[in-house]
Amino acid sequence: MLSELGDDAKLLAGGQSLIPLMKLRFANPAHLVDLNFIFGTSYIKEDAGALRFGPLTRHAEIENSATVAQVPILHDCAAGIADVQVRNRGTIGGSLAEADPSGDWAVVLSTLATQVRCLGRNGERTVDFKDFIHDAYTTSLAHDELVSEIAVKIPPKESGGAYLAFKRAAPVYPTASAAVQLTMDGNVCREAAIALGCVGLTAIKAREAEAALRGQPISEKTLSTVAEAARAAADPQSDMRGSADYKRTLVSALVRRAVDIAVRRARGEHVEVSHLYA
Amino acid sequence: MPDAVAKVPVKVKVNGKLHSIDVEPRLLLVEMLREQLDLTGTHVGCDTTYCGACTVLMNGAAVKSCTMFAVQADGAEITTVEGLEKDGQLHPIQKAFGDAYGLQCGYCTPGLMLSTLQLLSKNPQPDEKDMRKAIAGNTCRCTGYQNVLKAMQFAAQNMKGA
Repeated sequence: MLSELGDDAKLLAGGQSLIPLMKLRFANPAHLVDLNFIFGTSYIKEDAGALRFGPLTRHAEIENSATVAQVPILHDCAAGIADVQVRNRGTIGGSLAEADPSGDWAVVLSTLATQVRCLGRNGERTVDFKDFIHDAYTTSLAHDELVSEIAVKIPPKESGGAYLAFKRAAPVYPTASAAVQLTMDGNVCREAAIALGCVGLTAIKAREAEAALRGQPISEKTLSTVAEAARAAADPQSDMRGSADYKRTLVSALVRRAVDIAVRRARGEHVEVSHLYA
Repeated sequence: MPDAVAKVPVKVKVNGKLHSIDVEPRLLLVEMLREQLDLTGTHVGCDTTYCGACTVLMNGAAVKSCTMFAVQADGAEITTVEGLEKDGQLHPIQKAFGDAYGLQCGYCTPGLMLSTLQLLSKNPQPDEKDMRKAIAGNTCRCTGYQNVLKAMQFAAQNMKGA
């Protein structure tokens, strides 16, 4: 259908980004293809050590899923996106395909082993999430392809993660966000994945911050190095949400706090967190 | 100007009453409710998916009706503020908002009451954190929210055993 309608056609999932963009005339598609009436596109399944999400699974369904609760970082993300109304409509597949620089899912999924299945006229292919988003609003999806499933490998038992996003009010995009997933060996961090959100055109993997954690015991000294490395990895722009300097400071504080929560969760502690706003 | 677009038939149950309407595909749900069904209790505040004045329930879930097309409600059940009152009796949530002075100008109130309805239908005994989270997508510029929270508490009490 998309190939028939040509370049001016766009897919409509939850519509919570696309419809506002259309109202602002930033998006002006000649045709909209509504995916919401397609049966069987909204599901959460656990299968062979992975969680599989249908592309039209709403944030609210993920927030309230007992299956997802075993990977707390996914719950942190789903439960904090915008507000109840938006979470009832917005979808994980739509969020990834939109690739808004301030989107939440891309930040979290960059810290987990995630694969995206893309379906087009010529069949289905699987893309590693690290290769899925190329730039702001740009993904590896061809014009006639859509996201057909998102698969997230369940982290090992001795792993813990957290996603923290700071925003000025519930319905707006965050000012900055940080996702941290750590695999621990006692007090020593064996494996670390850290991603920063809203401080670049895409989610930024803070590789030096990860390296500063790997193989290290969790100490004040380690945390300071990690926070400093995260600050350096951020590439924010000054805008109405805050100056670039403010965002760097904010994102490094979020990383430090998320590491702490990730470590506690890896120990089996139950810590409830979500997006922070006044 | 784009050419006139063919209208699309929509069947939608609003406050228990089935309507068959022809709408332009680009028409927003809130515009259909207000302009075609004359249900002007659902308000347009910001028209940018921020303020929640346009909140209605679709199949029991709170949605911002300014951020959905009317055609997407085909086959759905919609509840607007006009659907709360039954036989001349205020809904317990409406009564609670009055009793607690949970409104001043009243512009945001229909949206707040429908967000409250979704919360209480899933969680009849919410704590303050649950209540704050439930109305995080509803902006009120008069009350400071304290009386709104009180109203939500009253509503939960009013609806106990209902």
